[in-house]
Amino acid sequence: MSLDGPWPHRALITVLTGAALMAYVAFNGMLLVWLERKVSARFQRRLGPTEVGWAGLLQSVADVVKLLAKQLITPRHVDAPLYHLAPVVVFVPVLAGISLFPFDQRLQLHDFNIGLVLLFALAGLGFLGIFMAGWGSNNKYALLGAMRAVAQNIAYEIPLILSTLPVVLLARSISLRQIVEAQHQLWFVLLQPVGFAIYFIAAVAETNRAPFDIPEAESELVAGFHTEYSGMRFALFFLAEYTNMTIVCMIAATLFLGGYVGPAWLPLPGWVWFFAKVYLLLLVMMWLRWTFPRLRFDQLMSFAWGVLIPLAIVNLLATAVVIKVWR
Amino acid sequence: MDELWQASTPRLEAGDDGDSYYLNMGPQHPSMHGVLRLLLHMRGEELLDAEPVIGYAHRAHEKMAENRNYLMFLPNSSRVDYLSGMIYNLAYCQAMERLLGIEVPERAEHIRVIASELNRISSHLLWFGTFLLDLGGVTPFLYAFDDREEILAILERVTGSRLTYSYGRFGGVTQDIDPRFVEQTLAFLARLRGRMPEYHDLVSDNVIFRHRCEGVGLIDQQTALRYGVTGPCLRACGVPYDLRRAEPYGIYSRFSFEIPTQSAGDIFARYQVRLAEMEQSCRIIEQAIAVLPTGPVMPEKPKKRFKPDAGESYFAVESARGHFGIYIVSDGSEQPLRLKLRTPSFSNLSALPAVLKGTMIADTVAILGSVDVVLPEVDR
Repeated sequence: MSLDGPWPHRALITVLTGAALMAYVAFNGMLLVWLERKVSARFQRRLGPTEVGWAGLLQSVADVVKLLAKQLITPRHVDAPLYHLAPVVVFVPVLAGISLFPFDQRLQLHDFNIGLVLLFALAGLGFLGIFMAGWGSNNKYALLGAMRAVAQNIAYEIPLILSTLPVVLLARSISLRQIVEAQHQLWFVLLQPVGFAIYFIAAVAETNRAPFDIPEAESELVAGFHTEYSGMRFALFFLAEYTNMTIVCMIAATLFLGGYVGPAWLPLPGWVWFFAKVYLLLLVMMWLRWTFPRLRFDQLMSFAWGVLIPLAIVNLLATAVVIKVWR
Repeated sequence: MDELWQASTPRLEAGDDGDSYYLNMGPQHPSMHGVLRLLLHMRGEELLDAEPVIGYAHRAHEKMAENRNYLMFLPNSSRVDYLSGMIYNLAYCQAMERLLGIEVPERAEHIRVIASELNRISSHLLWFGTFLLDLGGVTPFLYAFDDREEILAILERVTGSRLTYSYGRFGGVTQDIDPRFVEQTLAFLARLRGRMPEYHDLVSDNVIFRHRCEGVGLIDQQTALRYGVTGPCLRACGVPYDLRRAEPYGIYSRFSFEIPTQSAGDIFARYQVRLAEMEQSCRIIEQAIAVLPTGPVMPEKPKKRFKPDAGESYFAVESARGHFGIYIVSDGSEQPLRLKLRTPSFSNLSALPAVLKGTMIADTVAILGSVDVVLPEVDR
């Protein structure tokens, strides 16, 4: 698939890919909801969904039907445009972000030469939606959640990006495809273990997942920024969160774990490798969520500014020096 | 409406700096225990002042006691604190026995200790779970419920209910226990002993948990004593006060057990004290089972009507939350003239505003959780 050729061809490909990606995002959301319920159940020594479909596989379908059928409750005194737009603003950048990845050697919509930068730009946009939701809801808990979300996003975006820069130095490119191609001999996680660790921690924080689920901290802020959302509006936030998780894991797989590149002695299709790595990382994120209690807001901040950012800078400088000396 | 709001918020004054705001936490809030409402005066995430607003349940146990005879109040007693109903129920029975001068058979005394300590463990387990839930950890909550379920099953077999037991009667207990009960209890103790290291691995040694708990929510000895804080919260700031030792009731003086104390007075100290107490309760149960005598569990001819002589009596026990006392004034009739409950959660909760000042909203939830408040006790 590529965007070369005459424009009708390009348009058709774009529309079809868009539809396919939408379908994937929706399916992935349902799959992750089911997986989360099953994984948490195993962690907590209980069964999880079992009734709807084999092993509860249709549970997510039932959930979706329920959410579609639910009444959309809008509280009085909300800031209407912000309140109604927020779920969409949260969701759209996520959808755009997922279209950038090379799922396989030939399975990529378009290899932008600034792929990584575009990805981070899109990821940063999602928090605008979260802040809109919190502000527009006209609710103190929602606003507190939104403020936390913005502060947390700023604090963790920095180590997140800093930790990916050594990879860029190693691959000498910010095109996602070329970064993957540069890992045929050696996955970058072996050269950049510290970078990978920083990236993964920051990524968990960026997606508002426990132990960093501070913007929606249930026991403190009821549900944080999405307190006032019900039905499908809530579902869009949820879907965006799960897709965001998938995106950060896809970035991790692409930058550090060789993307679609697998070991040469095990010839499997590239996309199998890619998705295997992504879902393995997603399982790790779920494992973290169901193990750790939540950090406090100031602890979260001091961890980002006091530990992760200095560490990421040192890691970047060290990598740069080593590369300069080596090459 | 505004007048109502003002009337219900007597102490907090409006923030005139234009910088602070009020946050109403509860009664509908995921981590408010029972129907507690906390009125928070905040600046950003920081708490300037906090006031617990109590008075939503209005269960009026004390008033109910004055309107029915002594026996009819018995079911109420286990509803004052729905997490350690057994202890409260038996406390009321013991208070009445002291007032009436009834002798309790040996076997019943032992059963009472076993049942109370099982109930104490189940209460602490539930606290452990919900406290972790307040900190955002869901998994330990379900582990604790899994263990607690065993206790509920054991007590259900002998009392017929899972929460509000009403197991005691003036002079003994309603039903005798059987060998199967003893067997199940011992099996549970073994199970809990196996679980404790797991809890310590999962929770006590967790870095995030330690950061959230250590040095947070300090209740120093002076504050604790001034507000009449009792139970694990008092023992966590270094006062080894436990009624089972200080003023032994029942047959507690025959058993050897320790009173776990900590000196820090922070959330983590309260956590440690409760976990250690569960182990001590296991010890007590084991000793009670080892010397369990045979015989009746009620006096020969149980009475139906009780008319204590005019006078008054106070009886206190160590509940899972602290000093629980019952003060009965009798005028010689079948109904108490006055019945007053001294419940630990009330005084423990009173100390909260002094502790909460200057903390952050996340700490508020953690501190409230660590104090282990049961609201029907407060608004009784």
